[in-house]
Amino acid sequence: MMTLTSAQERRVQRVAPWLLLAAVLLLWQGACMAFGVSDFILPTPSAIVASLVEYAGVIAGHAWRTFWTTMVGFGVAIAVGVLLGLAMGSSRLLYAASYPLMTAFNALPKAAFVPILVVWFGLGAGPAILTAFLISFFPIMVNIATGLATLEPELEDVLRVLGAKRRDVLFKVGLPRAMPYFFASLKVAITLAFVGTTVSEMNAANEGIGYLLVSAGSAMKMPLAFAGLVVIAVMAMAMYELFAVVEKRMTGWAHRG
Amino acid sequence: MMTRQAAFMPASGGSAAPAAPAAAEPFVDFNRVWLAYNDELAHKGEFAVEDISLQVAPGEFIAIVGPSGCGKSTFMKLATGLKPATRGIVKIAGQKVTGPLKQVGMAFQAPTLLPWRTTLDNVMLPLEIVEPYRSTLRARRDEYIERARKLLHTVGLAGYEDKYPWQLSGGMQQRASICRALIHEPRMLLLDEPFGALDAFTREELWCVLRDLWQAQRFNVILVTHDLREAVFLADTVYVMSQRPGRILMRKEIDLPRPRDLELTYTEPFADLVHVLREKIGHVRQH
Repeated sequence: MMTLTSAQERRVQRVAPWLLLAAVLLLWQGACMAFGVSDFILPTPSAIVASLVEYAGVIAGHAWRTFWTTMVGFGVAIAVGVLLGLAMGSSRLLYAASYPLMTAFNALPKAAFVPILVVWFGLGAGPAILTAFLISFFPIMVNIATGLATLEPELEDVLRVLGAKRRDVLFKVGLPRAMPYFFASLKVAITLAFVGTTVSEMNAANEGIGYLLVSAGSAMKMPLAFAGLVVIAVMAMAMYELFAVVEKRMTGWAHRG
Repeated sequence: MMTRQAAFMPASGGSAAPAAPAAAEPFVDFNRVWLAYNDELAHKGEFAVEDISLQVAPGEFIAIVGPSGCGKSTFMKLATGLKPATRGIVKIAGQKVTGPLKQVGMAFQAPTLLPWRTTLDNVMLPLEIVEPYRSTLRARRDEYIERARKLLHTVGLAGYEDKYPWQLSGGMQQRASICRALIHEPRMLLLDEPFGALDAFTREELWCVLRDLWQAQRFNVILVTHDLREAVFLADTVYVMSQRPGRILMRKEIDLPRPRDLELTYTEPFADLVHVLREKIGHVRQH
Protein backbone atom coordinates (compact mmCIF):
# COMPACT_ATOMS: atom_id res chain seq x y z
CA MET A 1 0.00 0.00 0.00
CA MET A 2 2.68 2.44 1.10
CA THR A 3 4.96 1.72 -1.82
CA LEU A 4 2.11 2.12 -4.25
CA THR A 5 1.13 5.50 -2.91
CA SER A 6 4.74 6.70 -2.86
CA ALA A 7 5.15 5.48 -6.45
CA GLN A 8 2.01 7.36 -7.41
CA GLU A 9 3.26 10.39 -5.58
CA ARG A 10 6.46 10.31 -7.61
CA ARG A 11 4.53 10.00 -10.83
CA VAL A 12 2.45 13.01 -9.90
CA GLN A 13 5.63 14.94 -9.10
CA ARG A 14 6.97 14.03 -12.52
CA VAL A 15 4.05 15.38 -14.48
CA ALA A 16 3.43 18.33 -12.15
CA PRO A 17 5.75 20.78 -14.01
CA TRP A 18 4.06 19.96 -17.32
CA LEU A 19 0.64 20.39 -15.84
CA LEU A 20 1.62 23.74 -14.40
CA LEU A 21 3.09 24.81 -17.74
CA ALA A 22 -0.09 23.80 -19.53
CA ALA A 23 -2.22 25.65 -16.99
CA VAL A 24 -0.15 28.84 -17.32
CA LEU A 25 -0.31 28.69 -21.11
CA LEU A 26 -4.05 28.14 -21.08
CA LEU A 27 -4.57 31.01 -18.66
CA TRP A 28 -2.34 33.23 -20.79
CA GLN A 29 -4.12 32.29 -23.99
CA GLY A 30 -7.53 32.69 -22.34
CA ALA A 31 -6.70 36.07 -20.82
CA CYS A 32 -5.34 37.43 -24.10
CA MET A 33 -8.42 36.29 -25.98
CA ALA A 34 -10.90 37.39 -23.35
CA PHE A 35 -9.49 40.90 -23.02
CA GLY A 36 -8.61 41.20 -26.69
CA VAL A 37 -4.94 41.97 -26.05
CA SER A 38 -3.20 42.73 -29.30
CA ASP A 39 -0.27 40.57 -30.42
CA PHE A 40 1.89 43.65 -30.33
CA ILE A 41 1.45 44.12 -26.57
CA LEU A 42 1.45 40.49 -25.50
CA PRO A 43 1.26 37.76 -28.12
CA THR A 44 -0.77 34.68 -27.29
CA PRO A 45 1.04 31.34 -26.88
CA SER A 46 -0.59 30.13 -30.07
CA ALA A 47 0.78 33.14 -31.96
CA ILE A 48 4.24 32.46 -30.53
CA VAL A 49 4.04 28.82 -31.63
CA ALA A 50 2.84 29.91 -35.04
CA SER A 51 5.79 32.22 -35.50
CA LEU A 52 8.12 29.53 -34.16
CA VAL A 53 6.94 27.30 -36.97
CA GLU A 54 6.88 30.06 -39.57
CA TYR A 55 10.43 31.22 -38.88
CA ALA A 56 11.79 27.81 -37.85
CA GLY A 57 14.73 27.99 -40.25
CA VAL A 58 15.79 31.50 -39.28
CA ILE A 59 15.37 30.80 -35.57
CA ALA A 60 17.36 27.58 -35.82
CA GLY A 61 20.26 29.45 -37.42
CA HIS A 62 20.30 32.09 -34.71
CA ALA A 63 19.81 29.49 -31.99
CA TRP A 64 22.76 27.46 -33.25
CA ARG A 65 24.93 30.57 -33.19
CA THR A 66 23.88 31.41 -29.64
CA PHE A 67 24.32 27.82 -28.58
CA TRP A 68 27.88 27.37 -29.78
CA THR A 69 29.10 30.77 -28.63
CA THR A 70 27.62 30.03 -25.21
CA MET A 71 29.27 26.62 -25.12
CA VAL A 72 32.67 28.02 -26.08
CA GLY A 73 32.38 30.75 -23.45
CA PHE A 74 31.19 28.24 -20.90
CA GLY A 75 34.04 25.88 -21.75
CA VAL A 76 36.55 28.67 -21.19
CA ALA A 77 34.74 29.52 -17.94
CA ILE A 78 35.10 25.93 -16.72
CA ALA A 79 38.81 25.85 -17.56
CA VAL A 80 39.59 29.25 -16.03
CA GLY A 81 37.19 28.80 -13.10
CA VAL A 82 38.65 25.42 -12.16
CA LEU A 83 42.24 26.64 -12.42
CA LEU A 84 41.62 29.80 -10.40
CA GLY A 85 39.53 27.82 -7.92
CA LEU A 86 42.34 25.31 -7.49
CA ALA A 87 44.83 28.08 -6.88
CA MET A 88 42.58 29.92 -4.46
CA GLY A 89 41.53 26.77 -2.64
CA SER A 90 45.06 25.49 -2.14
CA SER A 91 46.63 28.70 -0.92
CA ARG A 92 45.24 30.55 2.04
CA LEU A 93 47.20 33.64 1.08
CA LEU A 94 45.92 33.69 -2.47
CA TYR A 95 42.39 33.13 -1.19
CA ALA A 96 42.62 36.08 1.18
CA ALA A 97 44.31 38.27 -1.40
CA SER A 98 42.00 37.66 -4.33
CA TYR A 99 38.59 37.14 -2.78
CA PRO A 100 37.67 40.83 -2.30
CA LEU A 101 38.86 41.64 -5.80
CA MET A 102 36.89 38.80 -7.31
CA THR A 103 33.76 39.77 -5.42
CA ALA A 104 34.07 43.34 -6.65
CA PHE A 105 34.51 42.09 -10.19
CA ASN A 106 31.50 39.84 -9.87
CA ALA A 107 29.36 42.74 -8.76
CA LEU A 108 29.99 44.62 -12.02
CA PRO A 109 27.16 44.39 -14.55
CA LYS A 110 28.61 42.28 -17.33
CA ALA A 111 26.49 44.04 -19.96
CA ALA A 112 28.67 47.08 -19.31
CA PHE A 113 31.66 45.14 -20.64
CA VAL A 114 30.10 44.58 -24.04
CA PRO A 115 31.00 47.96 -25.61
CA ILE A 116 34.57 47.56 -24.33
CA LEU A 117 34.79 44.06 -25.72
CA VAL A 118 33.48 45.31 -29.06
CA VAL A 119 36.28 47.87 -29.17
CA TRP A 120 38.80 45.11 -28.46
CA PHE A 121 37.42 42.27 -30.55
CA GLY A 122 34.99 43.83 -33.01
CA LEU A 123 31.44 42.72 -33.67
CA GLY A 124 30.47 39.06 -33.74
CA ALA A 125 31.25 35.94 -31.76
CA GLY A 126 34.20 37.35 -29.81
CA PRO A 127 32.29 39.63 -27.42
CA ALA A 128 29.51 37.06 -27.00
CA ILE A 129 31.92 34.30 -26.03
CA LEU A 130 33.77 36.58 -23.64
CA THR A 131 30.62 37.91 -22.01
CA ALA A 132 29.38 34.36 -21.47
CA PHE A 133 32.75 33.53 -19.95
CA LEU A 134 32.93 36.60 -17.71
CA ILE A 135 29.47 36.07 -16.30
CA SER A 136 29.80 32.33 -15.65
CA PHE A 137 33.33 31.60 -14.40
CA PHE A 138 32.79 33.16 -10.99
CA PRO A 139 30.44 30.58 -9.44
CA ILE A 140 32.64 27.77 -10.74
CA MET A 141 35.77 29.29 -9.25
CA VAL A 142 34.18 30.05 -5.88
CA ASN A 143 32.71 26.57 -5.56
CA ILE A 144 35.95 24.78 -6.37
CA ALA A 145 37.85 27.02 -3.94
CA THR A 146 35.27 26.45 -1.20
CA GLY A 147 35.31 22.69 -1.74
CA LEU A 148 39.08 22.63 -1.36
CA ALA A 149 39.34 25.11 1.49
CA THR A 150 36.85 23.32 3.74
CA LEU A 151 38.85 20.09 4.00
CA GLU A 152 38.66 18.62 7.52
CA PRO A 153 41.97 19.23 9.34
CA GLU A 154 41.90 15.73 10.86
CA LEU A 155 41.76 14.18 7.43
CA GLU A 156 44.65 16.30 6.30
CA ASP A 157 46.63 15.17 9.36
CA VAL A 158 45.91 11.52 8.60
CA LEU A 159 47.29 11.99 5.10
CA ARG A 160 50.27 14.10 6.10
CA VAL A 161 51.57 11.56 8.61
CA LEU A 162 51.40 8.98 5.84
CA GLY A 163 53.88 11.13 3.97
CA ALA A 164 51.31 12.45 1.47
CA LYS A 165 52.49 15.26 -0.76
CA ARG A 166 50.31 18.26 -1.50
CA ARG A 167 49.48 16.75 -4.86
CA ASP A 168 48.32 13.54 -3.19
CA VAL A 169 46.03 15.45 -0.85
CA LEU A 170 44.65 17.40 -3.81
CA PHE A 171 43.94 14.41 -6.03
CA LYS A 172 42.90 11.86 -3.42
CA VAL A 173 40.76 14.11 -1.26
CA GLY A 174 40.52 17.75 -2.30
CA LEU A 175 39.22 17.33 -5.83
CA PRO A 176 36.77 14.46 -5.23
CA ARG A 177 35.47 16.42 -2.25
CA ALA A 178 35.01 19.53 -4.41
CA MET A 179 33.09 17.66 -7.12
CA PRO A 180 29.59 18.16 -5.68
CA TYR A 181 30.33 21.87 -5.35
CA PHE A 182 31.66 21.90 -8.90
CA PHE A 183 28.61 20.26 -10.48
CA ALA A 184 26.24 22.42 -8.47
CA SER A 185 28.07 25.46 -9.82
CA LEU A 186 27.85 24.19 -13.40
CA LYS A 187 24.08 24.24 -13.21
CA VAL A 188 24.12 27.87 -12.10
CA ALA A 189 26.87 28.87 -14.50
CA ILE A 190 25.32 27.45 -17.67
CA THR A 191 22.17 29.50 -17.27
CA LEU A 192 24.27 32.58 -16.59
CA ALA A 193 26.33 31.89 -19.70
CA PHE A 194 23.18 32.04 -21.86
CA VAL A 195 22.32 35.36 -20.28
CA GLY A 196 25.80 36.65 -21.10
CA THR A 197 25.69 35.58 -24.73
CA THR A 198 22.23 37.00 -25.31
CA VAL A 199 23.03 40.35 -23.72
CA SER A 200 26.14 40.64 -25.85
CA GLU A 201 24.30 39.67 -29.04
CA MET A 202 21.63 42.24 -28.35
CA ASN A 203 24.26 44.96 -28.33
CA ALA A 204 26.87 43.85 -30.74
CA ALA A 205 26.11 41.11 -33.22
CA ASN A 206 24.39 40.38 -36.50
CA GLU A 207 23.57 36.87 -35.54
CA GLY A 208 22.24 34.94 -32.58
CA ILE A 209 19.04 34.93 -30.57
CA GLY A 210 19.98 38.21 -28.92
CA TYR A 211 20.19 39.89 -32.31
CA LEU A 212 16.92 38.22 -33.32
CA LEU A 213 15.20 39.64 -30.22
CA VAL A 214 16.28 43.16 -31.01
CA SER A 215 15.53 43.04 -34.72
CA ALA A 216 12.15 41.34 -34.21
CA GLY A 217 11.31 43.98 -31.62
CA SER A 218 12.21 46.85 -33.89
CA ALA A 219 10.23 45.20 -36.70
CA MET A 220 7.25 44.96 -34.34
CA LYS A 221 7.20 41.21 -34.72
CA MET A 222 6.47 40.53 -31.08
CA PRO A 223 5.49 36.88 -31.51
CA LEU A 224 8.90 36.28 -33.10
CA ALA A 225 10.69 38.02 -30.22
CA PHE A 226 8.83 35.85 -27.77
CA ALA A 227 9.68 32.79 -29.83
CA GLY A 228 13.34 33.76 -29.42
CA LEU A 229 12.89 33.94 -25.65
CA VAL A 230 11.26 30.51 -25.66
CA VAL A 231 14.18 29.05 -27.59
CA ILE A 232 16.70 30.47 -25.12
CA ALA A 233 14.73 29.17 -22.17
CA VAL A 234 14.52 25.71 -23.72
CA MET A 235 18.26 25.62 -24.47
CA ALA A 236 19.23 26.79 -20.99
CA MET A 237 16.87 24.34 -19.36
CA ALA A 238 18.08 21.44 -21.46
CA MET A 239 21.69 22.17 -20.51
CA TYR A 240 20.71 22.56 -16.88
CA GLU A 241 19.02 19.18 -16.91
CA LEU A 242 22.03 17.65 -18.66
CA PHE A 243 24.33 18.85 -15.90
CA ALA A 244 21.87 17.74 -13.25
CA VAL A 245 22.02 14.21 -14.69
CA VAL A 246 25.82 14.30 -14.93
CA GLU A 247 25.96 15.57 -11.35
CA LYS A 248 23.82 12.74 -10.10
CA ARG A 249 25.91 10.15 -11.88
CA MET A 250 29.28 11.59 -10.84
CA THR A 251 28.56 12.51 -7.25
CA GLY A 252 25.77 10.20 -6.21
CA TRP A 253 27.56 9.68 -2.89
CA ALA A 254 26.81 13.25 -1.90
CA HIS A 255 23.06 12.95 -2.61
CA ARG A 256 22.09 9.86 -0.68
CA GLY A 257 18.52 9.65 0.38
CA MET B 1 56.97 -10.96 23.41
CA MET B 2 59.91 -9.36 21.66
CA THR B 3 60.40 -12.17 19.18
CA ARG B 4 56.80 -11.89 18.22
CA GLN B 5 57.19 -8.23 17.56
CA ALA B 6 60.24 -8.81 15.41
CA ALA B 7 58.32 -11.31 13.33
CA PHE B 8 55.63 -8.79 12.56
CA MET B 9 57.96 -5.90 11.97
CA PRO B 10 56.96 -4.36 8.65
CA ALA B 11 59.55 -4.78 5.96
CA SER B 12 59.28 -1.13 5.00
CA GLY B 13 60.46 0.34 8.27
CA GLY B 14 62.90 -2.48 8.89
CA SER B 15 66.13 -0.65 8.25
CA ALA B 16 65.87 1.70 11.19
CA ALA B 17 64.25 -0.84 13.46
CA PRO B 18 66.42 -1.98 16.32
CA ALA B 19 66.52 -5.73 16.71
CA ALA B 20 65.35 -7.33 19.91
CA PRO B 21 68.67 -6.95 21.82
CA ALA B 22 68.62 -3.18 21.33
CA ALA B 23 65.27 -2.92 23.07
CA ALA B 24 66.88 -0.71 25.68
CA GLU B 25 66.74 2.16 23.23
CA PRO B 26 63.34 3.82 23.46
CA PHE B 27 61.14 3.98 20.36
CA VAL B 28 59.54 7.25 21.39
CA ASP B 29 61.74 9.63 23.32
CA PHE B 30 60.52 13.00 24.59
CA ASN B 31 63.29 14.98 26.23
CA ARG B 32 62.03 18.06 28.09
CA VAL B 33 59.63 19.08 25.36
CA TRP B 34 57.70 22.36 25.45
CA LEU B 35 55.27 23.59 22.87
CA ALA B 36 53.65 26.96 22.34
CA TYR B 37 51.37 27.27 19.33
CA ASN B 38 53.11 30.39 18.06
CA ASP B 39 56.02 32.68 18.81
CA GLU B 40 53.87 35.28 20.47
CA LEU B 41 52.49 32.78 22.96
CA ALA B 42 55.98 31.41 23.51
CA HIS B 43 57.15 34.92 24.31
CA LYS B 44 54.40 35.38 26.86
CA GLY B 45 55.27 32.03 28.36
CA GLU B 46 51.93 30.46 27.48
CA PHE B 47 52.63 26.88 26.58
CA ALA B 48 50.20 24.15 25.58
CA VAL B 49 52.44 21.48 27.03
CA GLU B 50 55.38 21.96 29.37
CA ASP B 51 58.48 19.99 30.11
CA ILE B 52 57.33 16.63 28.87
CA SER B 53 59.82 13.83 29.22
CA LEU B 54 58.94 10.24 28.55
CA GLN B 55 60.41 7.14 26.99
CA VAL B 56 58.40 4.43 25.30
CA ALA B 57 59.87 1.01 24.57
CA PRO B 58 59.37 -0.54 21.13
CA GLY B 59 55.99 -2.21 20.91
CA GLU B 60 54.73 -0.53 24.08
CA PHE B 61 51.13 0.59 24.37
CA ILE B 62 50.84 3.86 26.22
CA ALA B 63 47.78 5.88 27.12
CA ILE B 64 47.62 9.54 27.97
CA VAL B 65 44.75 10.64 30.15
CA GLY B 66 43.78 13.97 31.58
CA PRO B 67 41.02 16.54 31.79
CA SER B 68 39.72 17.88 28.50
CA GLY B 69 41.75 20.65 26.95
CA CYS B 70 44.89 19.56 28.79
CA GLY B 71 47.07 19.29 25.72
CA LYS B 72 46.63 15.58 25.02
CA SER B 73 46.03 16.24 21.36
CA THR B 74 48.99 18.61 21.35
CA PHE B 75 51.07 15.70 22.53
CA MET B 76 49.92 13.74 19.49
CA LYS B 77 50.91 16.54 17.17
CA LEU B 78 54.37 16.54 18.72
CA ALA B 79 54.74 12.79 18.44
CA THR B 80 53.83 12.83 14.74
CA GLY B 81 55.90 15.87 13.89
CA LEU B 82 52.82 17.79 12.76
CA LYS B 83 53.96 20.49 15.20
CA PRO B 84 57.62 21.15 15.95
CA ALA B 85 58.61 21.39 19.60
CA THR B 86 59.29 24.93 20.80
CA ARG B 87 61.92 23.60 23.19
CA GLY B 88 63.36 20.16 23.77
CA ILE B 89 63.81 17.18 21.50
CA VAL B 90 61.40 14.57 20.22
CA LYS B 91 62.97 11.39 18.86
CA ILE B 92 61.16 8.54 17.18
CA ALA B 93 63.11 5.34 16.54
CA GLY B 94 66.31 7.16 17.42
CA GLN B 95 65.74 9.88 14.83
CA LYS B 96 65.09 13.48 15.73
CA VAL B 97 61.66 14.51 14.48
CA THR B 98 61.88 17.53 12.18
CA GLY B 99 58.73 17.30 10.06
CA PRO B 100 55.62 15.17 9.72
CA LEU B 101 56.54 11.51 10.09
CA LYS B 102 55.78 9.18 7.25
CA GLN B 103 53.89 5.93 7.60
CA VAL B 104 52.24 6.67 10.91
CA GLY B 105 48.70 5.41 11.41
CA MET B 106 46.23 7.83 12.94
CA ALA B 107 42.58 7.64 13.94
CA PHE B 108 40.39 10.26 15.55
CA GLN B 109 37.06 10.50 17.29
CA ALA B 110 35.49 11.30 13.91
CA PRO B 111 36.10 8.40 11.52
CA THR B 112 36.99 10.82 8.66
CA LEU B 113 36.29 8.21 5.99
CA LEU B 114 35.99 9.47 2.44
CA PRO B 115 32.29 9.36 1.52
CA TRP B 116 32.92 8.67 -2.17
CA ARG B 117 34.92 5.53 -1.47
CA THR B 118 33.67 2.15 -0.38
CA THR B 119 34.89 0.70 2.90
CA LEU B 120 37.48 -1.35 1.06
CA ASP B 121 38.74 1.61 -0.97
CA ASN B 122 38.89 3.73 2.16
CA VAL B 123 41.08 1.16 3.86
CA MET B 124 43.28 0.95 0.75
CA LEU B 125 43.97 4.72 0.80
CA PRO B 126 47.29 4.57 2.69
CA LEU B 127 48.59 1.98 0.22
CA GLU B 128 48.13 4.58 -2.52
CA ILE B 129 50.37 7.00 -0.61
CA VAL B 130 52.94 5.11 1.45
CA GLU B 131 55.99 3.49 -0.14
CA PRO B 132 56.74 0.71 -0.99
CA TYR B 133 53.06 -0.03 -1.54
CA ARG B 134 52.48 3.02 -3.67
CA SER B 135 54.84 1.98 -6.45
CA THR B 136 53.81 -1.68 -6.33
CA LEU B 137 50.09 -1.10 -6.04
CA ARG B 138 49.37 -1.66 -9.69
CA ALA B 139 51.31 -4.89 -9.93
CA ARG B 140 50.21 -6.38 -6.61
CA ARG B 141 46.74 -4.93 -6.33
CA ASP B 142 45.01 -8.26 -5.76
CA GLU B 143 47.37 -9.13 -2.96
CA TYR B 144 46.75 -5.79 -1.24
CA ILE B 145 43.01 -6.05 -1.66
CA GLU B 146 43.21 -9.47 -0.08
CA ARG B 147 45.14 -7.99 2.82
CA ALA B 148 42.56 -5.25 3.30
CA ARG B 149 39.75 -7.79 3.22
CA LYS B 150 41.53 -9.86 5.84
CA LEU B 151 42.01 -6.86 8.08
CA LEU B 152 38.35 -5.89 7.71
CA HIS B 153 37.45 -9.46 8.54
CA THR B 154 39.43 -9.38 11.79
CA VAL B 155 37.56 -6.29 12.98
CA GLY B 156 34.22 -7.84 12.07
CA LEU B 157 33.53 -5.93 8.87
CA ALA B 158 33.49 -8.89 6.51
CA GLY B 159 30.64 -8.39 4.05
CA TYR B 160 30.75 -4.61 4.33
CA GLU B 161 33.68 -4.08 1.95
CA ASP B 162 31.57 -2.59 -0.82
CA LYS B 163 29.34 -0.45 1.37
CA TYR B 164 29.78 3.29 1.54
CA PRO B 165 30.55 4.96 4.87
CA TRP B 166 27.05 6.37 5.24
CA GLN B 167 25.69 2.85 5.04
CA LEU B 168 27.67 1.86 8.14
CA SER B 169 26.93 2.53 11.80
CA GLY B 170 29.23 4.80 13.82
CA GLY B 171 30.99 1.82 15.37
CA MET B 172 31.53 0.20 11.98
CA GLN B 173 32.92 3.43 10.56
CA GLN B 174 35.35 3.61 13.44
CA ARG B 175 36.45 0.03 12.82
CA ALA B 176 37.10 0.90 9.20
CA SER B 177 39.00 4.00 10.30
CA ILE B 178 41.25 1.87 12.51
CA CYS B 179 41.81 -0.55 9.63
CA ARG B 180 42.84 2.39 7.48
CA ALA B 181 45.33 3.40 10.17
CA LEU B 182 46.86 -0.10 10.22
CA ILE B 183 46.72 -1.40 6.64
CA HIS B 184 50.27 -0.28 5.82
CA GLU B 185 51.59 -1.95 8.99
CA PRO B 186 52.89 1.22 10.61
CA ARG B 187 55.27 0.95 13.53
CA MET B 188 53.29 3.56 15.38
CA LEU B 189 49.55 4.00 15.79
CA LEU B 190 48.15 7.21 17.22
CA LEU B 191 44.62 7.25 18.49
CA ASP B 192 42.97 10.48 19.60
CA GLU B 193 39.89 9.53 21.61
CA PRO B 194 38.94 7.03 18.92
CA PHE B 195 36.02 5.56 20.84
CA GLY B 196 34.76 8.79 22.37
CA ALA B 197 31.66 9.08 20.21
CA LEU B 198 30.52 5.47 20.58
CA ASP B 199 28.05 3.89 22.96
CA ALA B 200 29.42 1.93 25.92
CA PHE B 201 28.89 -1.54 24.44
CA THR B 202 30.39 -0.74 21.08
CA ARG B 203 33.27 0.93 22.82
CA GLU B 204 34.12 -2.17 24.87
CA GLU B 205 33.83 -4.27 21.75
CA LEU B 206 36.31 -2.06 19.97
CA TRP B 207 38.69 -2.15 22.93
CA CYS B 208 38.91 -5.88 22.30
CA VAL B 209 39.37 -5.35 18.56
CA LEU B 210 42.26 -2.98 19.22
CA ARG B 211 43.70 -5.29 21.89
CA ASP B 212 43.73 -8.22 19.47
CA LEU B 213 45.25 -6.22 16.62
CA TRP B 214 47.98 -4.95 18.89
CA GLN B 215 48.60 -8.35 20.44
CA ALA B 216 49.10 -9.78 16.96
CA GLN B 217 51.32 -7.08 15.48
CA ARG B 218 52.89 -5.26 18.44
CA PHE B 219 53.14 -1.83 16.90
CA ASN B 220 53.62 1.13 19.23
CA VAL B 221 50.39 2.74 20.31
CA ILE B 222 49.80 6.17 21.77
CA LEU B 223 46.21 6.37 22.90
CA VAL B 224 44.83 9.70 24.01
CA THR B 225 41.65 9.34 26.00
CA HIS B 226 39.69 10.65 28.94
CA ASP B 227 38.25 7.24 29.69
CA LEU B 228 40.35 5.83 32.55
CA ARG B 229 38.95 2.31 32.22
CA GLU B 230 39.87 2.31 28.58
CA ALA B 231 43.41 3.41 29.41
CA VAL B 232 43.92 0.81 32.13
CA PHE B 233 42.38 -2.00 30.10
CA LEU B 234 44.49 -1.41 27.00
CA ALA B 235 47.77 0.21 27.96
CA ASP B 236 51.08 -0.96 29.36
CA THR B 237 51.74 2.45 30.79
CA VAL B 238 49.35 5.31 31.56
CA TYR B 239 50.46 8.92 31.80
CA VAL B 240 48.30 11.46 33.59
CA MET B 241 48.46 14.99 32.24
CA SER B 242 47.60 18.14 34.16
CA GLN B 243 45.30 20.86 32.97
CA ARG B 244 46.74 23.46 30.64
CA PRO B 245 49.60 23.95 30.45
CA GLY B 246 49.88 20.18 30.15
CA ARG B 247 52.51 18.50 32.26
CA ILE B 248 52.94 14.86 33.03
CA LEU B 249 51.89 14.36 36.62
CA MET B 250 52.12 10.65 36.93
CA ARG B 251 53.42 7.61 35.13
CA LYS B 252 51.60 4.46 36.07
CA GLU B 253 52.64 1.05 34.83
CA ILE B 254 49.73 -1.26 34.37
CA ASP B 255 51.06 -4.65 35.41
CA LEU B 256 47.83 -6.53 34.83
CA PRO B 257 48.51 -9.85 33.09
CA ARG B 258 47.94 -10.20 29.36
CA PRO B 259 45.98 -11.19 27.40
CA ARG B 260 43.37 -9.13 29.19
CA ASP B 261 39.74 -10.00 29.12
CA LEU B 262 36.79 -7.65 29.59
CA GLU B 263 36.04 -9.54 32.80
CA LEU B 264 39.21 -8.02 34.15
CA THR B 265 37.54 -4.62 34.26
CA TYR B 266 35.32 -5.86 37.09
CA THR B 267 38.15 -7.07 39.28
CA GLU B 268 39.65 -5.41 42.31
CA PRO B 269 43.18 -4.71 40.99
CA PHE B 270 41.66 -3.08 37.90
CA ALA B 271 39.36 -0.91 39.96
CA ASP B 272 42.27 0.04 42.23
CA LEU B 273 44.33 1.22 39.29
CA VAL B 274 41.45 3.25 37.88
CA HIS B 275 40.93 4.70 41.31
CA VAL B 276 44.54 5.76 41.67
CA LEU B 277 44.38 7.55 38.31
CA ARG B 278 41.03 9.10 39.12
CA GLU B 279 42.36 10.51 42.37
CA LYS B 280 45.29 12.04 40.60
CA ILE B 281 43.01 13.72 38.09
CA GLY B 282 40.64 14.84 40.81
CA HIS B 283 43.69 16.35 42.43
CA VAL B 284 44.48 18.17 39.22
CA ARG B 285 41.02 19.67 39.11
CA GLN B 286 41.29 21.30 42.52
CA HIS B 287 44.25 23.43 41.53
